[in-house]
Amino acid sequence: MEVLLAIASGVLYAAGIYLMLRRRLAQLIIGLSLLSNGTNLLIFTAGGLTRAQPPVVPDGADRLMPPYADPVPQALVLTAIVIGFGLLAFSLVLAHRVHATIGSDDVDEIGRGR
Amino acid sequence: MRALVLPILVPLTTAAILLLAPKRPLLQRWVALTGSILLLGSTLMLFRRVEGEGIQVLQVSGWPAPFGITIVADLLAAMLVVMVGVVGVAVTAAAFAGVDPRRESFGYHPLIQILLMGVSGAFLTGDLFNLYVWFEVMLVASFVLMALHRTSAQVEAAFKYVTINLIASSIFLTALGLLYGVAGTLNMADLARLWPTTRTPGVDMVLAVLFVIAFSIKAGLFPLFFWLPASYHTPPAAIGAVFAGLLTKVGVYALMRVFTLLFQGAAPALFTLLLVMSVATMVIGLVAALNERDFRRILSFNLVAHIGYTTASLSLLTPAALAGSIFYVLHHIVVIANLFLVSGVLLRLRRTTDMIGLGGMYRTQPVFSVLAMVPIFSLAGVPPLSGFLGKLAILEGVFDAGAYWVGGMVLVVGLLTLLSMGRTWTDAFWRPAETAVDMTTPGTPLLIAISGLSLVTLAITFGAGPLFELTSRAAHQLLQREEYVRAVLRGLP
Repeated sequence: MEVLLAIASGVLYAAGIYLMLRRRLAQLIIGLSLLSNGTNLLIFTAGGLTRAQPPVVPDGADRLMPPYADPVPQALVLTAIVIGFGLLAFSLVLAHRVHATIGSDDVDEIGRGR
Repeated sequence: MRALVLPILVPLTTAAILLLAPKRPLLQRWVALTGSILLLGSTLMLFRRVEGEGIQVLQVSGWPAPFGITIVADLLAAMLVVMVGVVGVAVTAAAFAGVDPRRESFGYHPLIQILLMGVSGAFLTGDLFNLYVWFEVMLVASFVLMALHRTSAQVEAAFKYVTINLIASSIFLTALGLLYGVAGTLNMADLARLWPTTRTPGVDMVLAVLFVIAFSIKAGLFPLFFWLPASYHTPPAAIGAVFAGLLTKVGVYALMRVFTLLFQGAAPALFTLLLVMSVATMVIGLVAALNERDFRRILSFNLVAHIGYTTASLSLLTPAALAGSIFYVLHHIVVIANLFLVSGVLLRLRRTTDMIGLGGMYRTQPVFSVLAMVPIFSLAGVPPLSGFLGKLAILEGVFDAGAYWVGGMVLVVGLLTLLSMGRTWTDAFWRPAETAVDMTTPGTPLLIAISGLSLVTLAITFGAGPLFELTSRAAHQLLQREEYVRAVLRGLP
């Protein structure tokens, strides 16, 4: 399972970076969101995958014994998703503004508009 | 312990109050100024505590250290937070000279406060993931400040700025994910304790390179700095002052933290990498600055070059070099923010910051010219001003560590800075103006803000002895780690 998720995360990174190297604004933004999703998947996977072992202290014990599913990476991913979503919304609005001001969605045109 | 959260809570409260009265600019300016003065007061209080009683720690909601979020102030963080207060007061005072009305009604003042909160939070947090969150708080505020305009140059700059910073954030987050996977904690003190025993050279190198790339983009190191001069000169001067003074320094601060906490004793190639990047930043930044004819672009490239100074001496990781680096960061925050405010006065007077439209200031605006001399010559490193002392401290540290070629480069770049800033002074102020006339007055609030920051520069200059002792102590704290770890993880084995 880890291998599968690692590959998926790698594919997301690769696709994200490829799209960011394209010239259109929309592709750039999709690339950014793929990159952030790849990162989220990576955090989740790197934290270790444990199935059916909730992090709950059993009756009679005073501490958790491994293996148990670590809740921290999920909390981290949740935070990262929220932040990523906000930034995605902002960059969409900014792209709209760029298009309205410069009249093009070509990244090269934007660079020339100085 | 309450003093620890005030530098975060005060700007947050100020921003919340400011949002209640969006259409009353004058009221907003007063509220923002009051908030910034309170912020400065709270940071000074915190600094006194840290200086007197040692490292201050607050476990948020009472969750003990490696489990909850820790807010912690050691000497380095406390000194930097004071600088946040200083820059905050100067910038909100400068707003009285007039802000573009569109920006002001769309939340200029609350955004500045949120930005100050983000920077304070980044300096005070004791958790790497929390550092990422503060980075984002600060970035989103800066994105909006940057993009609140419709001219094509500004939209273009905002676009570049947003894209590169989002990429840097992704890389930072990737490093955090991997680090958590290996170490099982992101609390800085816990990492400092566990990492030396859990590290393997391969993982160490991958993580270090990811951190270096992410923070170098934020700090503006070669070859990742090109976004900075392409965007910092477009927003109004006060925003430029906050960005140049504080935002890049957060990158430098993050580098200082991860290098002292995690990567002490890592492969020497890592430090060579940072050193080479820093020296290249110094040289290329200044050569580019000499090639520019616009006051604000000259400043941007000088900013980049001097960030190279601080990271070059950081990468040596000796107490003396690190102390010099911290001293230089403190001096540079004040001076570069001040110079961006000076560029605001120039823009007001002549509607341009291009050298062609400047000149003759010394005759038409003698008071302003004398005030501007302090930051310009301090950045240039003219003795006895703070820039000279900062370079001296760095040089001492570098020669002490035996890195003679770096010392040589610091001297050469220092000479180039002198040339760059000297020429700027001559062109903008000293040279008689052929045609240019002043359109308006320089704006008393701006002059007050500039003289305030100049006074801080003079205070750093004349208080250099005690301040250098403080930065030496801060460097010692950073390199020793035990005090930090003990303060945060009280009671843990």
